[in-house]
Amino acid sequence: MKNKILWASAWSFLLLLFIQSCKSDPDPYANNSLTLSFSNKVGSDGVVLGSGNYKNAVGEDFTVTTFSYFISNISLKKADGTVYTYPQDSSYFLIREANIDSKKVVLKGVPTGDYTELKFMIGVDSLRNTMDLSRRKGVLDPGDISHDDGMYWSWNSGYIFLKLEGNSSKVAADATGNQKFRYHIGGFGGYNTKTFNNIRTVTLPLGSIVAKVGPAQQPTIEVVADIAKIFDGTQKISLAQYPTVMFADFSSTVANNYAAMFKISGVKD
Amino acid sequence: MKKSYIVILSAALFGWASCHRTPDTPTPTTPTVETLEVPQPSYFPAMVYDLKSNPLTTDGFQLGRSLFYDGILSRNGTIACGTCHQQAAAFTHHGHDLSHGIDDKIGMRNAPAIQNMAWEKDFLWDGGVHQLDLFPMAPIENPVEMDEKLSNVLQKLRDSKNPNYPELFKKAFGTTEINTERFTKALSQFMLFLVSNNSRYDLYLKGSTNAITATEKEGLAVFKQKCATCHASELFTDHSFRNNGLDMARSTDQGRFRITQNPDDLYKFKVPSLRNVSYTSPYMHDGRFTTLEQVLDHYAKNAKQSATLDPILQQATPAGIPLTDDEKLKIIAFLKTLSDDSFVKDWRFSDPGFGKSF
Repeated sequence: MKNKILWASAWSFLLLLFIQSCKSDPDPYANNSLTLSFSNKVGSDGVVLGSGNYKNAVGEDFTVTTFSYFISNISLKKADGTVYTYPQDSSYFLIREANIDSKKVVLKGVPTGDYTELKFMIGVDSLRNTMDLSRRKGVLDPGDISHDDGMYWSWNSGYIFLKLEGNSSKVAADATGNQKFRYHIGGFGGYNTKTFNNIRTVTLPLGSIVAKVGPAQQPTIEVVADIAKIFDGTQKISLAQYPTVMFADFSSTVANNYAAMFKISGVKD
Repeated sequence: MKKSYIVILSAALFGWASCHRTPDTPTPTTPTVETLEVPQPSYFPAMVYDLKSNPLTTDGFQLGRSLFYDGILSRNGTIACGTCHQQAAAFTHHGHDLSHGIDDKIGMRNAPAIQNMAWEKDFLWDGGVHQLDLFPMAPIENPVEMDEKLSNVLQKLRDSKNPNYPELFKKAFGTTEINTERFTKALSQFMLFLVSNNSRYDLYLKGSTNAITATEKEGLAVFKQKCATCHASELFTDHSFRNNGLDMARSTDQGRFRITQNPDDLYKFKVPSLRNVSYTSPYMHDGRFTTLEQVLDHYAKNAKQSATLDPILQQATPAGIPLTDDEKLKIIAFLKTLSDDSFVKDWRFSDPGFGKSF
């Protein structure tokens, strides 16, 4: 009898442990997803790297050879006003015009609901800029292949938030005869000493169409980035006057401009 | 009977444990955990580097040592960290005012010493890098130093047969995976272990009052009075950035301003440690002085007035630090007691055979 009780309790303990450990986390949103589809344009024209010819607000011609930017800290607002914040560790994306796959951001496990507003950061938050390398994987890893066109300043620790390069006949030729302009915008506010902060947050209401997310509904929000706005916002920027903008105060003017370059062009079911 | 309970219990525990394992990640083999302790002299300030984030092991250190001396980090294989940071010169580039990099290109500044890195809070003369693990990317990606992409360095290491880096990474970290974190942390392990604390002055601090001479003690007294505000603590730096009155007329190097873009930081550079200073000639961020006599002459009579000149150097007229010839001699005598012969000769820190020093 005593033995039987002991056996029973041992077995039930075993069972309990198995149930405890093998119980899968209840995730009713496992199949849910929402896609952000980025397309880069200049005004209404699509960007064609290298060959596309465009004009900025001050009438200067230009081409685009590189256009990349970080999108991070994504959150979505529901129709009822509540906000869903995408898991922070997974909320960093590097959109590169040169890489089609990078322009589709698939958010997985988004809770079922009707979403009416998209919010994200252009750039990388200061905390992540100073974190241990163990917390910087994928596009945050300065040794990742996506960084081959240089989205990290090794000499001044920090990410480049947005990089725009191209040519313009209005830019004075450099030593090699190229008429290049180079905008490398970053600056998270400094680590030991305060510096300028070019982190910008964008809030984009979806308008009349709601992004309905559910197990059988996986909508796509189409986001357009308009390069023309980089030269035409809080201040009009001339390429002839500012062919190179990197780690300097003027970069904040560029950041203020590009903070308004995004708009929603549509929501697809 | 009792045995069967144990069997059941262990089966249960096994089941419990196995279900908690994250799928898809292979179980790493336990690395050889022969830990290394970074010496922490009692008279040094508190350590800055978080050793818990990167515990030192013999294998990690040896991997870092190999990486440090291997030209594979550079675009064409010619430049190693050890090229511009030579042990005999306390890990500076002996005989080079400015560092000498890939394709005979000349760097922007003088290669500083690598020693006591666990106590450094900023790296580079302008403090552009704030954490040791983030440092190696700077020389690797600098077009006049190693001119290579970090992703490509990692790929070359993965493909390397001699040395067999995948195996060395496995010994150090448990698997053959080579990634940014492991790569830079191995280099950090090597650099963190480069602790210089065996000079005659250290013996003196530890109680051997006769380890330094009477003249050197007088030099120490003058030093404390005239130099120790900036060259503070037993590391001989307060880790600040200052404009020490160097004539910047022909220089385009704006120093700390490059990092902060604050006009108050124009022409400010990091106050370097003076440990092993007799080995680290030439001096200053641009290596303009070859002797300690020249350095002291600069402070005594050649400091140049400018908007950001350090206030301490503005207390005297003319600007600088008044020093008699006798005081200079004594200060230099004292500074030579900071030479750590065992540090520059320690075989554990030496080139394992790459031969990239020139």
